[in-house]
Amino acid sequence: MRIGTPKEIYPGETRVAMTPASAVELQKLGYECVIEKGAGVASRFSDQDYKDAGVKVVATGAALYKAVDIVAKVRPPEDIEVKRLRTGQTLVSFFYPAQNEALMDAANKKGAHVIAMDMVPRISRAQKMDALSSMANIAGYRAVTEAANSFGRFFTGQITAAGKVPPAKILVVGAGVAGLAAIGAAQSMGAMVFAFDVRPEVAEQIESMGAEFVFLEFEEEQQDGAASGGYAAPSSPIFREKQLEKFRELAPEIDIVITTALIPGRDAPKLWLKDMVGAMKPGSVIVDLAAERGGNCDLTVADEKIVTDNGVTIIGYTDLPARMAAQSSTLYATNIRHMMTDLTPNKDGKLKHDMKDDVIRGATATHKGKITFPPPPPKIQAIAVQQPKAPEKTADEIKAEEAAATLKAGKQQTQLLVVGGLVMLLIGAYAPASFMQHFIVFALSCFIGFQVIWKVSHALHTPLMAITNAISGIIILGALLQIGGHGFIVTVLAGISILIATINIVGGFMVTRRMLQMFQKS
Amino acid sequence: MSAGIVTAAYIAASVLFILALGGLSNQEKAKRAVWFGIVGMGIAVFATIFGPGVGGWSYLVLIPLMGVGAFLGATVAKRVEMTEMPELVAALHSFVGLAAVFIGLNSDIAGTHGLTGAEVAIHEVEIFLGVFIGAITFTGSIVAYGKLAGKIDGKALILPARHALNAGGAILSLILLTMYMGGSGSWTLYLMMFIAFAVGAHLVAAIGGADMPVVVSMLNSYSGWAAAATGFLLGNDLLIVTGALVGSSGAILSYIMCKAMNRSFISVILGGFGGATGPAMEIEGEMVATDAATVAAQLEDASSVIIVPGYGMAVAQAQQSVSELTRRLRAKGKNVRFGIHPVAGRLPGHMNVLLAEAKVPYDIVLEMDEINDDFPETDVVMIIGSNDIVNPAAQEDPNSPIAGMPVLEVWKAKTVIVSKRGQGTGYSGIENPLFFKENSRMLYGDAKASLDQLLGFIS
Repeated sequence: MRIGTPKEIYPGETRVAMTPASAVELQKLGYECVIEKGAGVASRFSDQDYKDAGVKVVATGAALYKAVDIVAKVRPPEDIEVKRLRTGQTLVSFFYPAQNEALMDAANKKGAHVIAMDMVPRISRAQKMDALSSMANIAGYRAVTEAANSFGRFFTGQITAAGKVPPAKILVVGAGVAGLAAIGAAQSMGAMVFAFDVRPEVAEQIESMGAEFVFLEFEEEQQDGAASGGYAAPSSPIFREKQLEKFRELAPEIDIVITTALIPGRDAPKLWLKDMVGAMKPGSVIVDLAAERGGNCDLTVADEKIVTDNGVTIIGYTDLPARMAAQSSTLYATNIRHMMTDLTPNKDGKLKHDMKDDVIRGATATHKGKITFPPPPPKIQAIAVQQPKAPEKTADEIKAEEAAATLKAGKQQTQLLVVGGLVMLLIGAYAPASFMQHFIVFALSCFIGFQVIWKVSHALHTPLMAITNAISGIIILGALLQIGGHGFIVTVLAGISILIATINIVGGFMVTRRMLQMFQKS
Repeated sequence: MSAGIVTAAYIAASVLFILALGGLSNQEKAKRAVWFGIVGMGIAVFATIFGPGVGGWSYLVLIPLMGVGAFLGATVAKRVEMTEMPELVAALHSFVGLAAVFIGLNSDIAGTHGLTGAEVAIHEVEIFLGVFIGAITFTGSIVAYGKLAGKIDGKALILPARHALNAGGAILSLILLTMYMGGSGSWTLYLMMFIAFAVGAHLVAAIGGADMPVVVSMLNSYSGWAAAATGFLLGNDLLIVTGALVGSSGAILSYIMCKAMNRSFISVILGGFGGATGPAMEIEGEMVATDAATVAAQLEDASSVIIVPGYGMAVAQAQQSVSELTRRLRAKGKNVRFGIHPVAGRLPGHMNVLLAEAKVPYDIVLEMDEINDDFPETDVVMIIGSNDIVNPAAQEDPNSPIAGMPVLEVWKAKTVIVSKRGQGTGYSGIENPLFFKENSRMLYGDAKASLDQLLGFIS
């Protein structure tokens, strides 16, 4: 089958869904690759690069749609592109079916199968095709560089001959993929990073990136991200109040705010209000990654960079990934390639649309003339449900438990000794003296055996068995003493015993030696 | 050689045997310690042969016999494959058992001259006990050998009323003992011997595959007690000492094995896994297959790797490939280690010997307790032919038959690669939720074939 990528026609879109590298991988899956002339130019991939990778270049978008069975692109199709779709053709792209119902209907009427890259479920197996995460990662990084560009000072604290420079203080609101990427980028540029999220379970991730988690003093049961597929859910009014109070307290100190708070299927929550912007120092920067959905900041203007009256820059760009086209295209094309790998289990260049597969089912918006959105919930939860932690034991409790255990062990040992002593007495009372002499030897040997064997290394248990095998061949002594007398049968039986006991002794020792020689240190 | 010198030789031999066992506390000492054992045995046998008890024409018989025995023993020891160690150990146990039976019978034939009163009774009990333990050890070991060598079906043989059969055999033996002591004649001893043969065979036949480490160490213990009983019978202190050492060694090994399975010794010996106490926990998720190229890439990216081998590695003879993989990964500067569960394989310490044979350095082969805390910081865990010992149900599902068994917590690692023949359950028949976890990938196929394929991708 043929897979092709048109040039994106949305204004300002610079990304491309196929790179020369991904095309090589797609060809390994058995596909023929086609690309529209000039599709990769904005991402710095020339037509020649594609040709060198074995990709066929066609002159126009219309020709491309005619030539291929699978269309892979970045943005949801424009009307003209929908018209070009045909029955049985598969479209793989961002689609946002929840917001684009009309578009979905139109594509369905054309008989195309739509796989929406934004609908890939968030489970570990699907991470490699999770394009939203790839793009969010880039957006987070770019947010920091955009902020640095508009911020008139260093990020890192320095002590120079010309005086001391304090480090920039950055607050990241929302520690999803974008937030964590922003934390990482800001941290590596030397800023002091604070981060906030409504899901307490991400505190660990935030701290592992080196940032400081902003805690709220709050009693109500905090939300568990696992219930909503790893995304945040709306918070209660009281919680919201507490949160805003905390932000208000932080606003005067913070130099840069990066907000990434989004709740699936809703407008972005307003978290950075007008008065907080007013409280910030002149020269501070706000980057609002939620601008497309109305913004987390009251004053954000989508797609624009504005400066407020008190000198705070607010950046509301919605195309941050497209501003790093080469990187975004590489990652997105890889996501597409992984999606195709899952769609081509036999690597024979034939698409197998397996609606039983959780990931493929989840991403499919239309299939065989039917709208299949929304998908049923995936069988696997994105993140394990949080277990309530057992209360930690206090030092006193641990001490008491240890004391009880010691007491119990002591009691057991005493009981054992008493019982053992009584048994010995009983035997001693009836058995003759000659037996008791041997019995002493026996009891002490058992005791020594236990002491010695406990110290044997676990790794040497097999040699231990072999060597005990060898020395239990000592039973040969009995046979040696019997062979001399009491007739033919005794001699025969003793003779056999000697033979097999010797096998035991020689075989046991030799195999032990062989094994021990093999143990070598590195 | 006088009796005094012989006794002195026995004391020396006892001390050397204790040193030999004590030396096994670490690998380097152990290489020396085995010589203590050999010298001790040499002294004991030499002193006995040239001591007061042996003389005349018997040299003509015993020296050729010992020569033949030594030759056979040496041949076996040289030829045996390390994967066959469990069979060899079981076979050698059966010899000790048979020798104990013969010596007991001989003592019966020789009669109780020179003994009086309680001494006669004790002597008769000793004969009986020696033959009984010896007989159980003999047939038990033969059945164990057959199972381990694959000559008889490894599955547990469950006869109806099997506990009653065993108990009946024991009671009957007790009755025969009283009759024997009452002077009913030697036939009681012979009959008891056959009963003990049957009990020994039945006992081991009822225990299946993965419980074999316990069975083999139990038989190890029995062979020691058989030697000790013979020592009492002949009044020979060296036999008593050695028997007691071997007996306690086997007992401790059995205890360690049982502890590692969180089962009581009795429940293992009586055979079969305990029934589940409730419905098993629902397993969520699906098994995800992977291929050698992907695994190779994951290993290339990893900085720390832990390999968990099991019986499947021995079956597939994959230890050389494992070793080669280890060598290549270590050459790339990766931290490669092995995690060994006490009951991995069919013999205590079996995996260690197999890895040592394949030239894996022993200082990267760690016990469960030493390595269990390191899994969360590990990038890739490779599971080669093990199943129950890495089953998270032991910790997560209180209704699981293996609930509470200590296991290697491999699922805490970032990625778990499971090399496995197919989708089936392990020996215990318990479904393993590990395979369904999000971070698990299944590498289906014969362990050796999979690893060799993997080696093709890792230079």
